[in-house]
Amino acid sequence: MAVDRLTTLADGPTLDQAMAGLDALDEAGRPSRDQLSRRMWRATWPKLAALGLILLVWQIAIWAHWKPYILQSPATVARQLWELLGTSLFWQACWVTAEQAVIGYVLVLLVGGIVGTAVARIAVLRAGIAALITGMQTMPSVLWYPLGIMVFGVSAKAIILMMILGAAPAVANGFISGIDQVPPGLLRVGRILGARGLSLERHVVLPAAFPSILGGMKQGWAFAWHALMAGEFLILINPLSLGGRTVNAVTQGEWAVVVSMMIVIVFIGIIVDMAFSSVDRSVRRRYGLIDSAAA
Amino acid sequence: MSVVTASPPRSTAGTAPPVVLTGVSKRYGDADSGVIALQDVSLDVRPGEFLCLVGASGCGKTTLLNLVAGLDRPSVGTVDVPFPDGTSHGTATAMLFQDSALFPWLTVAANVELPLRLRGIGKVERRSIAGDLLERVHLGGFGDKRPHELSGGMRQRVALARALAQDAGLLLMDEPFGALDAITRDLLHDELEALWLERRFTVLFVTHNVREAARLGDRIVLLTSRPGRVAATFAVDLARPRRIDSSEIATLAATVTDQLRAEVGRHGR
Repeated sequence: MAVDRLTTLADGPTLDQAMAGLDALDEAGRPSRDQLSRRMWRATWPKLAALGLILLVWQIAIWAHWKPYILQSPATVARQLWELLGTSLFWQACWVTAEQAVIGYVLVLLVGGIVGTAVARIAVLRAGIAALITGMQTMPSVLWYPLGIMVFGVSAKAIILMMILGAAPAVANGFISGIDQVPPGLLRVGRILGARGLSLERHVVLPAAFPSILGGMKQGWAFAWHALMAGEFLILINPLSLGGRTVNAVTQGEWAVVVSMMIVIVFIGIIVDMAFSSVDRSVRRRYGLIDSAAA
Repeated sequence: MSVVTASPPRSTAGTAPPVVLTGVSKRYGDADSGVIALQDVSLDVRPGEFLCLVGASGCGKTTLLNLVAGLDRPSVGTVDVPFPDGTSHGTATAMLFQDSALFPWLTVAANVELPLRLRGIGKVERRSIAGDLLERVHLGGFGDKRPHELSGGMRQRVALARALAQDAGLLLMDEPFGALDAITRDLLHDELEALWLERRFTVLFVTHNVREAARLGDRIVLLTSRPGRVAATFAVDLARPRRIDSSEIATLAATVTDQLRAEVGRHGR
């Protein structure tokens, strides 16, 4: 018996044909994504326009002779910045700061991830610690500066401690809210498919929570970067770091260098933020959380 | 009731033990304020049988499926589900839901591979098994897509392939086609029937749709609501493959619907 056919439909399409036709109709309605170049242009031009506007306001302030002894023209700063980019000292400063940032951030993720997962999964910990974590998240990382100095003295470790205490709560909160929001239906499906214990966490809970976890990681990066910059400004352990170099320039009245360093620091912040946003968008697109044509 | 025209050959039926529910009651909450979801339900599903459960809201169908799937325990009575060799209770049953419940972070192929992966089957083998299954549900070219890129009917076919990958003797279906349009549902009935005739797994299929039950089932069990009890059982002795718009199915559906209405009507007072 030809069970695969709609045998009762004389001369009609087979099940295969009918199914393929229906699928083709469903597929045809979906818009395809724009080209990469178009999407990049769409993301870039507003930023360029904003930059142009800032430069214009700045230049107008120069033309108006506002604070002429301190404020340097965009052209002077650009020259200074270019000169700075040519020195090995500058790149050394970038390296020192980047190293600190990476070490600190990895520790932030580790501490935040472990604490967050434990608090989300263990009821006693949740009752005890969840409110504390939220409370810590509202505390500016600069407030941890005295603690860092007391525990580790004037050292890089003090800055790392500031980063962890300032940023890990945000990461932990991302894990907690992400795990909380995993639909119970997905857990049920996971169990039916044969996932138990750790494999349920690995294959269902953490992937389901990932978009929210990523949000926490992004916020955690912002706090960690704030803490690192504050630390480099306040704890002058390394005059070669980006923060240290800026503080030195302030004390020596090199205003063009100060502004150049500020531009560099903002630029790094923007680049990292863009990287996070792009990962976030691609995750959301894969999860079907945003319209694939719009992003 | 309905005329026996021709029965399809039953190849593997009779080899596995049946699913047996004996005097099953399920209560949520305490004795006085709690809700009785199921009361004294006894049911046996024969190996290789396609059994449809029909009932209005509150007939405890989700509770019943959870009990059979081993996700919950009865307050009273016993649930016996056959254990295929070497598998735990959890993978003795596969389950399909109204929303396909595919994992959005995995591709279509990875979704189908997941139960194989959880059973410890190697990469090469599970890729080939998943590929064959997707081919079988007419989705051969869609393995690299994400679930959200597919239509509802396609997603249900992926879910069907994933359930088949579990290689469970028992497939539980919780209104799997309830959210689909009529044409898609009709084609999926054909697809499911063909797969079932080919592989002869046992099916416990829950639906609100009486015609769907008559289209697919070997037997229809009508459940009452609040609490859920077995009200009546109908045998569907119609030849396969069937068509949902055939007059025999319409006649049978009318009989079942009349009784369902009578059951629902009791709650109006």
